[in-house]
Amino acid sequence: MNYDILITGLIIVAQILAVVVPVLISVAFLVYAERKVLALIQLRRGPNIVGPFGILQSFADALKLITKENIIPSGSNKIVFILAPIITMVLSLAGWAVIPFAPGWVVSDINVGIMYLFAVSSLGVYGIIMAGWASNSQYPFLGALRSAAQMVSYEVSIGFVIITVLLCVGSLNLSKIVLAQQTVWFAIPLLPMFIIFFISALAETNRLPFDLPEDESTLVAGFFTEYSSASFVLFFLGEYASMILMSSMTVILFLGGWLPPFDVYPLNVVPGVIWFTVKVIFILFLFIWVRGTFPRYRYDQLMRLGWKVFLPFSLFWVVVTSGFLVYFDMLPN
Amino acid sequence: MILYSLTFYLFSSVAVLSALMVISAKNPVHSVLFLILSFVNASGLFVLLGAEFLAMILVVVYVGAVAVLFLFVVMMLDINFVKLREGFLQYLPFGALLGIVLVIELGILFLTDRSSNIYNNQTPLQPIVSEVENTKMIGQILYTEYFYLFQICGIILLVAMIGSITLTLRDKGGVKRQNIDSQNTVDASTAIEKKKVKIGEGI
Repeated sequence: MNYDILITGLIIVAQILAVVVPVLISVAFLVYAERKVLALIQLRRGPNIVGPFGILQSFADALKLITKENIIPSGSNKIVFILAPIITMVLSLAGWAVIPFAPGWVVSDINVGIMYLFAVSSLGVYGIIMAGWASNSQYPFLGALRSAAQMVSYEVSIGFVIITVLLCVGSLNLSKIVLAQQTVWFAIPLLPMFIIFFISALAETNRLPFDLPEDESTLVAGFFTEYSSASFVLFFLGEYASMILMSSMTVILFLGGWLPPFDVYPLNVVPGVIWFTVKVIFILFLFIWVRGTFPRYRYDQLMRLGWKVFLPFSLFWVVVTSGFLVYFDMLPN
Repeated sequence: MILYSLTFYLFSSVAVLSALMVISAKNPVHSVLFLILSFVNASGLFVLLGAEFLAMILVVVYVGAVAVLFLFVVMMLDINFVKLREGFLQYLPFGALLGIVLVIELGILFLTDRSSNIYNNQTPLQPIVSEVENTKMIGQILYTEYFYLFQICGIILLVAMIGSITLTLRDKGGVKRQNIDSQNTVDASTAIEKKKVKIGEGI
């Protein structure tokens, strides 16, 4: 009896490790890839010293940062200050519990998977607000205020995009959302929503051109100005892990998850997890490409885009999609 | 089974303790953070009941949106809590009365409704697993039986929203606003004007 609980517990821990360790390793290589791609865009070489082609650069950086002294400002609110990066990191890893990498390859296949992902991504703002407030310093506080308003605004349009997809699927389960795309990926019939989702994902992960909470040219480093050493590493890892999480969410909602583009012979023998990874890498490349090519938005432009452009447009598309589905009697079940 | 009880006691005790901390914490920001912890634990309790949709909605709406704005306001305002606590003894009888009424009501609820209570049916503390997802079940009852009430809720929210916008909307003169359409329609012929300037005169 007791051994059963122990074995179940061990299996759960093994599953968690099987997801978290590859995520953390891919974060390291994403940082390297980002620096290489940005270097190519700007006609530079990028990291090329540590390891062959500089491939071990991220590990060297992480090691350097962790061995440095962790400075906690004397005026800060210490408990909240230490808690903030931990919350950011934990939340960016918690979302992976429901991501289906291939048929059946999922830690927890819950009914409300997409709601869970939405909830976890909306909680991400707390790490930033707490960091900004606990630092007890002007620039981090400004960064936190910006981030609070920004993330709440873009969540609204993300919510509507998710509703449009759910109208076509009829379930909140992520595996069912993927299986509903066997005939056609939702990126094709719902192309405008795909674009809105991608741009909102940029804003939700505080990436350029929407990285105003960080904004190094006006706010020093935004909400993590006062952070150093290991707590800085946690913010850094958290940001990139949530970037990969949002890309996986995009792939599941719009690019057919683990499904091959066409269900024909040479393509459908490739394992689903390979397709999933390739698609996630493609979306991540878009994230980096956007960073390399677009200037930062001004804050009022950011708010205008969120509330006056994306919100009405996504609301309109919810009505159009549901009207279409009802009129042609294509509602699922 | 034992795991369910353990998680139930974990979630409920943390929820109650953090609710206590909400009213006893000296720093208002800490109060809000404890409130968030309490919300999250309440959503954990919903999951244990098998109401996963309600749990997620609780996190998305209350923790993800309402509490963020709440925290935002508390952080921005410099609330003097010492001053707020001055009237503590004055309001104590009223607060105590409210507390007593609540306790009596809860007591009546637990004592009278024994026959239909789940404790007598010996139902295990496990989620009720049914064929229909509870998201669908909520939808089926919300959009049929309670359709009009649901619509009225929506209208009340709309009225509140319009009300708060009209209260805060002020059209001050002299504020420069960006007109994107007029900026985008600018071309060389409208943006640049050629002038002949005479020497020693200027425009």
